[in-house]
Amino acid sequence: MPLFEGLSGKLQEIAARMRGKVRVSEQDIRDMMREIRLALLEADVNYQVARRFVEEASARCLGSDVLEGLNPGQQVVKIVHDTLVDTLRRQSGKLQVSPSGFTTYLLVGLQGSGKTTTAAKLALYLRKKGKKPMLASVDVHRPAAARQLEVLAKQVDIPCLVDPDEKDAAALARRVSERARYLLHDTLIVDTAGRMTVDADLMEELRRISAVLKPTETLLVVDAMIGQESVAIATAFQEQVGIDGTIMTKLDGDARGGAALSIGSVTGRPLKLICTGEKLPDMEEFHPDRMASRILGMGDILSLIEKAQEALDEKKALETFDRMRQNRFTLQDMLDQFVEMKKMGPLDKVLDMLPGMGKKPVDASQVDPRAIDRSLAILRSMTRRERMEPSLLNASRRKRIASGSGTTVQEVNRLVRQYEEASAMMKRFASLSKGKRKGAGFPGLPF
Amino acid sequence: MGLLDPFRKGLEKTRKLLGAGFVRLSAAMGRFDEEWLQELEDSFIAADAGMTATLRLTDAVRSAIRRTGDVSRTAVARVLADEMRAILGPPAPLALEKGRPTILLLVGVNGTGKTTTTGKLAARYRTDGFRVVIGAADTFRAAAIEQLEIWAQRADTPLIASHTGADPAAVVFDTLQAARARKADLVLLDTAGRLHNKQHLMDELAKIRRVIQREAPDARCDTLLVIDATTGQNAVSQARQFHEAVRVDGLVLTKLDGNAKGGVALAVAVETGLPIRLAGLGERLEDLVDFDPDAFIQSLLPEA
Ligand SMILES: Nc1nc2c(ncn2[C@@H]2O[C@H](COP(=O)(O)OP(=O)(O)OP(=O)(O)O)[C@@H](O)[C@H]2O)c(=O)[nH]1
Ligand SMILES: Nc1nc2c(ncn2[C@@H]2O[C@H](COP(=O)(O)OP(=O)(O)OP(=O)(O)O)[C@@H](O)[C@H]2O)c(=O)[nH]1
Ligand SMILES: [Mg+2]
Ligand SMILES: [Mg+2]
Repeated sequence: MPLFEGLSGKLQEIAARMRGKVRVSEQDIRDMMREIRLALLEADVNYQVARRFVEEASARCLGSDVLEGLNPGQQVVKIVHDTLVDTLRRQSGKLQVSPSGFTTYLLVGLQGSGKTTTAAKLALYLRKKGKKPMLASVDVHRPAAARQLEVLAKQVDIPCLVDPDEKDAAALARRVSERARYLLHDTLIVDTAGRMTVDADLMEELRRISAVLKPTETLLVVDAMIGQESVAIATAFQEQVGIDGTIMTKLDGDARGGAALSIGSVTGRPLKLICTGEKLPDMEEFHPDRMASRILGMGDILSLIEKAQEALDEKKALETFDRMRQNRFTLQDMLDQFVEMKKMGPLDKVLDMLPGMGKKPVDASQVDPRAIDRSLAILRSMTRRERMEPSLLNASRRKRIASGSGTTVQEVNRLVRQYEEASAMMKRFASLSKGKRKGAGFPGLPF
Repeated sequence: MGLLDPFRKGLEKTRKLLGAGFVRLSAAMGRFDEEWLQELEDSFIAADAGMTATLRLTDAVRSAIRRTGDVSRTAVARVLADEMRAILGPPAPLALEKGRPTILLLVGVNGTGKTTTTGKLAARYRTDGFRVVIGAADTFRAAAIEQLEIWAQRADTPLIASHTGADPAAVVFDTLQAARARKADLVLLDTAGRLHNKQHLMDELAKIRRVIQREAPDARCDTLLVIDATTGQNAVSQARQFHEAVRVDGLVLTKLDGNAKGGVALAVAVETGLPIRLAGLGERLEDLVDFDPDAFIQSLLPEA
């Protein structure tokens, strides 16, 4: 996800103008909020939800004293960010289990949102938590829908009930529910056909399925790329079949996922899980703070630190981090990071949290391990001096590095560009932490 | 009843989406003030038209009113229609020529409707007398090949497929060989869904294009980017990055029969200038039509 794309130059401009003030004026807030609103709309937050959110954040800002170490611009962004985190936290929740001992999850949503894949992911996720799940498809419409679920179920060795010859989805629902109980499973996950909420027949079918299954939870599966209509869609599912929560998919893309805010706000139903890839283990719990940064377009520096700390030697991470803050992030640091990352095992997820790395040309989350190897080769073909002083890298040096590493000048250029992006980010980052403030509060603020 | 009717009918469920705002507007006729323009702006934002297109539209209305003083509903609707037409450009149907070898490569992010559109295209051109061959170049997703098999059967078209996990470029190669042997004039290639920020997946597409270029240098090859009309502003990023990776020749906007107002067409058109060639209006074989800018614009505006 591109850093700072949302809260861009204009916001920083306004913030700069506000430097030195001790109190945030109403006009300051109005100016900043206009930009915040645009950032939210760009992130596909529903326009009415965006307006309400901005009102709430403005109210929080009004008259608030500027915290020590922050300038008023930073203060406003911090309040906006905190407000968003609070809101998202209120709108998050965990899956519920039935007290009866037999839990049924019904997955619903628009065509192609990711229900079938998510069903299989959820089964895997619950099995890891000690459940004995069973999968079932009552999608009697889409070509090869049942087959798709069967194949996925087999990949993770979870039993799956389908009947491609049955044309009545509700009848099928009854059969699979009985069968799962009979086979002593404690959890049944039911995949349904995709449907538009304006399709009255299919909505009626869903009501009948739901009446038969009496699901413990009906989960709306939503594509992170969805636009303004997310609100109307979620409301329609909510009113017509009732939903208990949302699962957001395809967050491995660069969509900012504003629907996460919109849907929770209008339905009052929590976001429960997120999906970050096509593979079955790619399901995670939802972190309100990460999502807030993402929606506002602030990057995910917090997550980077968190993740890095899990796997890296903590001290080393802090050292790098300190250097980042002091704006001495060099290609040498980049090399160290790549080396560490290789140690950390599966690279996806880690790389796209690295500042400046989320965007092309570094492939964010499905990192090809060979790409890392090539980057390493390039970095290692540089002299230490070149790594410490990247400005030395003129055309002939780049050519030498390319042939030394068995890559192309283009690839070398690409890597240097990545470095520059990261470095530019660090600069802003550094200037923000120049204040004498200590401890929390520095990440996520773009200036 | 005219040629546009299937398109109009498909859009019926979502018609007149700017309507509500507009009715209020016209009630306030004579006072087309800033508040009113703000409402108009909201209507376009709510339709996913994005900031750039929206501001262009509201600016056009503002300056037209300033220029002519005409605040009637029809006048405003005309300004909006003209500006949307300017953004969307003229109709840009696929216009395939029988007998000239043509390859259509369908690409897009996950779940937009590539496979379904492949099936629909096969049926459409077979009916028009083309010799069609389909290639199953999605070798990744579970049961993608089975799904396409069913569509190929429905469209009564031969399918060239390998197995899950095979190299998609190799499937493309096989498909082109088979097409040559069968003297096919249209090859449809369904590819796996891929998010545009994944470089190695974009490289895979570039490789497919290279195979096509090498194996069928004289054929016309169009890359069609399939975009789900329910998508928000990310559609712009999709269009840009797919275009950068493989050069996109046209867009297919699917699922226009459903919840989406489809205003994202304006966002993508204004930001990239790529032509929208086809519209998906349902899940059946026949639910594919040429994208008609005028009918689309009419569906967004309230009836005059
Ligand atoms: N990149 C990515 N792709 C995903 C994710 N979840 C699902 N997909 C892909 O999205 C596409 C659609 O997923 P499905 O599970 O078939 O969606 P569905 O909602 O069951 O679709 P219908 O049954 O046709 O309505 C497939 O290509 C999946 O691999 C995700 O989190 N990330
Ligand atoms: N209502 C409606 N549904 C559509 C349309 N086009 C496709 N769909 C549905 O959208 C879902 C996904 O369609 P697919 O053709 O499998 O999409 P895809 O792009 O091939 O998906 P992946 O290969 O998984 O990336 C299916 O349920 C289709 O029936 C359309 O124009 N209208
Ligand atoms: Mg499905
Ligand atoms: Mg497909």
